[in-house]
Amino acid sequence: MKTDVKTRKAVTIKFAGDSGDGMQLSGGLFTSSTALTGSDLATFPDFPAEIRAPAGTIAGVSGFQIHFGSQKIFTPGDTFDVLVAMNAAALKTNIDTLREGGTIIANTDGFDKKNLRLAKYENGANPLDDGSLAGYQLLELPVTKMTRETLTDSPLGLKEKDRCKNMFVLGFLFWRYSRSLQDTIEFLTGKFSKKPDVLEANIKVLQAGYNFGDTTETFTSRYEIKAAPLEKGTYRGIMGSEAIVLGLITASKKSGLPLFYGSYPITPASEILHGLSRHKNYGVKTFQAEDEIAAICSSIGAAYGGHLAITGTSGPGLALKGEALGLAMILELPLVVINIQRGGPSTGLPTKTEQSDLLQAMYGRNGECPIPVISASTPADAFEAIFEACRIAIQHMTPVVFMSDGFISNGSEPWKFPKSSEIPDITVQFAPPKENGDTYLPYARDERLVRKWAVPGTKGLAHRIGGLEKEAETGNVSYDPANHEYMTKIREAKVEGIAEFIPEQAIEIGPEEGDLLILGWGSSYGVIQSVVTTLLSEGHSVAHAQLRYIRPFPKNLGNLLKGFKQVLIPEMNTGQLASIIRNKFLLDVKQYNKIQGTPIATSELLHAAKELL
Amino acid sequence: MTTQTASTNQEPLKAKDFATDQDVRWCPGCGDYSILKQVQTVMAEIGLDKDNTAVISGIGCSSRFPYYMDTYGMHSIHGRAPAFASGLRMANRDLSIWLVTGDGDGFSIGGNHMLHILRRNVNINLLLFNNQIYGLTKGQYSPTSELNKRTKSTPMGSIDRPVNPCAFAIGSNATFIARAMDRDTKHLKTILHRADQHHGTSFTEIYQNCNIFNDGAFFAFTDKATKPLTTVFLEHGQPLVFGTERNKGVVFNGMRPKVVDLGSGEYSENDLWIHDETDIFKATMLTRFFDDPSEESALPRPFGVLYAVDEPCYEDMMFEQLDQAIEEKGDGDLDDLIAGPRTWVI
Repeated sequence: MKTDVKTRKAVTIKFAGDSGDGMQLSGGLFTSSTALTGSDLATFPDFPAEIRAPAGTIAGVSGFQIHFGSQKIFTPGDTFDVLVAMNAAALKTNIDTLREGGTIIANTDGFDKKNLRLAKYENGANPLDDGSLAGYQLLELPVTKMTRETLTDSPLGLKEKDRCKNMFVLGFLFWRYSRSLQDTIEFLTGKFSKKPDVLEANIKVLQAGYNFGDTTETFTSRYEIKAAPLEKGTYRGIMGSEAIVLGLITASKKSGLPLFYGSYPITPASEILHGLSRHKNYGVKTFQAEDEIAAICSSIGAAYGGHLAITGTSGPGLALKGEALGLAMILELPLVVINIQRGGPSTGLPTKTEQSDLLQAMYGRNGECPIPVISASTPADAFEAIFEACRIAIQHMTPVVFMSDGFISNGSEPWKFPKSSEIPDITVQFAPPKENGDTYLPYARDERLVRKWAVPGTKGLAHRIGGLEKEAETGNVSYDPANHEYMTKIREAKVEGIAEFIPEQAIEIGPEEGDLLILGWGSSYGVIQSVVTTLLSEGHSVAHAQLRYIRPFPKNLGNLLKGFKQVLIPEMNTGQLASIIRNKFLLDVKQYNKIQGTPIATSELLHAAKELL
Repeated sequence: MTTQTASTNQEPLKAKDFATDQDVRWCPGCGDYSILKQVQTVMAEIGLDKDNTAVISGIGCSSRFPYYMDTYGMHSIHGRAPAFASGLRMANRDLSIWLVTGDGDGFSIGGNHMLHILRRNVNINLLLFNNQIYGLTKGQYSPTSELNKRTKSTPMGSIDRPVNPCAFAIGSNATFIARAMDRDTKHLKTILHRADQHHGTSFTEIYQNCNIFNDGAFFAFTDKATKPLTTVFLEHGQPLVFGTERNKGVVFNGMRPKVVDLGSGEYSENDLWIHDETDIFKATMLTRFFDDPSEESALPRPFGVLYAVDEPCYEDMMFEQLDQAIEEKGDGDLDDLIAGPRTWVI
């Protein structure tokens, strides 16, 4: 029987299984294979909060979602077309997000009595044969059994053999989506170069999965997704946390400053600490501090010593860093604080995403403490955004809070990466040595109100800095009332003045003036792009603007907003940017808010936007 | 901490060259004045370069120290000086870094950082000014105050047991532990020199009198009349002898130290505990010579270097790893990094 190859514009697949089923690896390998076909794509993993929840339970389900297509892909997808369910718990957890009529690829061996009981299917009813999945296309694969049979001759133990079963599913998907196995075989060869038996087993099972699709007549459909109209160039896949690592090292090289990263492990920011610590041959110093406070304080110490100093954390850690952040501000030393937001308050939802730390980043300190806030919008955008955060910190002698979130950090997309020669240098102004013995004025300022960076070890510049209010210019301790007000205003004006040194706000897509502007920040970028693209195609007067610079705002932002009859701000919080915009511009902006630990879906935002049109 | 010294072609600096033009604002009679003077003197004696020296402090009376030192300095936030100093050290291995903290700053709000700087052995001179009271907040009991101390916050007496700083340091795997006092300036200078010569974190506890809120806390140890009876000054390789006529000593009675009379003829100096500052077991016991000096059978309080061993320091190992990474992988190329291992062309 001949299988026909159908063309699809876009497909979303969710790989779901037990934490030990290798779903993240399968998803990753399917992603790199997809990228090589030229499709555009976006991915998002979905980890359980527990490290090793009991096998087979709902709490132990790990997932990886990929949305790919021959058109621009903006989000990992609201729903999926295909659900790979390695066991009963994976099916139960994800079935509600599978679109009606979607395909389930089920490992029938993951639906035995024990798995059904652990997944809490009532009375052990098996959804694969009780008719409850009638609205879907069900492909049943005895994955475990066939993996074992494929490896009858392998010297591996049964446990090790079973670990290969994700390759069976992957092989089958490669058949289904008309892919070559070459890329994956190359990857496996590298990964298992020292374990030839494991390598051979993985490749055998991968091929067996492919051949199963090819030879079993049950599956009559194969699919092809053509290349997307992406800009020509050389691409790589990039995760948000990886982009931050690369952006930081780039800023270090482009400024000529050694990189120091002081951090305390916290989900979901630890990936940055791991990533940077692998790049010591770029002169990167990483310091796993004893707590969040020591992490920022050691970074301030390194900044004082003339390093590009960074500390990274998530919401609860930012709260702990508040006092030291105030010190960095009053010292006027460069520092970047990375906040990978997660669900809050308190410990909240550590593995879920949210945008609810914006007000903390803006205002969460004692006293008058203005600090620039920069935000990344997509995994690839995090590279440029973190580079900008470093540039502003260094050139304006100020701490900067850089905002990302779990959705950006763990998400991935293709990235047409730049050549290092295309990236501008960051000029650094150190205070030069003094030979004449005159008193050095550490808080003398240039026309941008920026003081110079005087690094210990520089001749003739010995001076004291500290958290007490300073006398203008000399930096000596001062309790003078007029001086305090003067210094408060100078520090504020310095930060507001950064608006002169950042690009004006642009419209991403849509007209410069019109009925509705959807204004976003952070990871809502993709969903807004998707919604505005749809609305524009339907003939609406709608535009999308995305903020990278939240403090200070770009100079033209107020005028740009006033060019639209309505402004809608979607956020994964109760309306934090909306309240800042209202306060600053006295505009009656509309909100769309979701606080469920999951990204805003395209359908949800489309509905909210249409209500305003 | 070992340090670089100033280049020799310059006029040697004097103690006063390390003083700033700022008025010193500690209370008249405060023990901090003496310590400030000795630190400035020792820095001059070592031959430190002002531009290559940094003094880092937290918050509290003692933490005003950097403002009075004409070097680089940072008056940071409460309890966190070890973290700032560690960061500065990781950025610059050539500076002479001095950290000034107090019993509240270092053992209450900053107790965590104290533990970690000591175990990491970052090359820094850490001076703990212990006055057993909160001075800057006007007289509450501190973590080193004796039990049942009556203060503004404890009108019926404090009910938390005090920490023993030197025992804490040894429990934290510190590599240099010393004790000195504000009123014995000659000894204090000797100890500051020793602290500076140590490569790693040198922990020096200095008994400091707060004449406003806790006057006389250490008089039993510092007063001429009682000092010979309550203190023993340690010297490496020498027996533990003390007393007005150097007529008392410490021996091991089985596993326990015991004070003996050298005048009775029963014991001679040959029988005594010989101080070995590299012996962790002896040093651990010495940190436990912590009796109330008013008790009859009290062991004398040890002053001097209780413990000093050479161990690799944190930043040296950090720099070694950087060198090793470059040796193994080559000096990182930015374009290779940005492109990563897998690319494709569209």
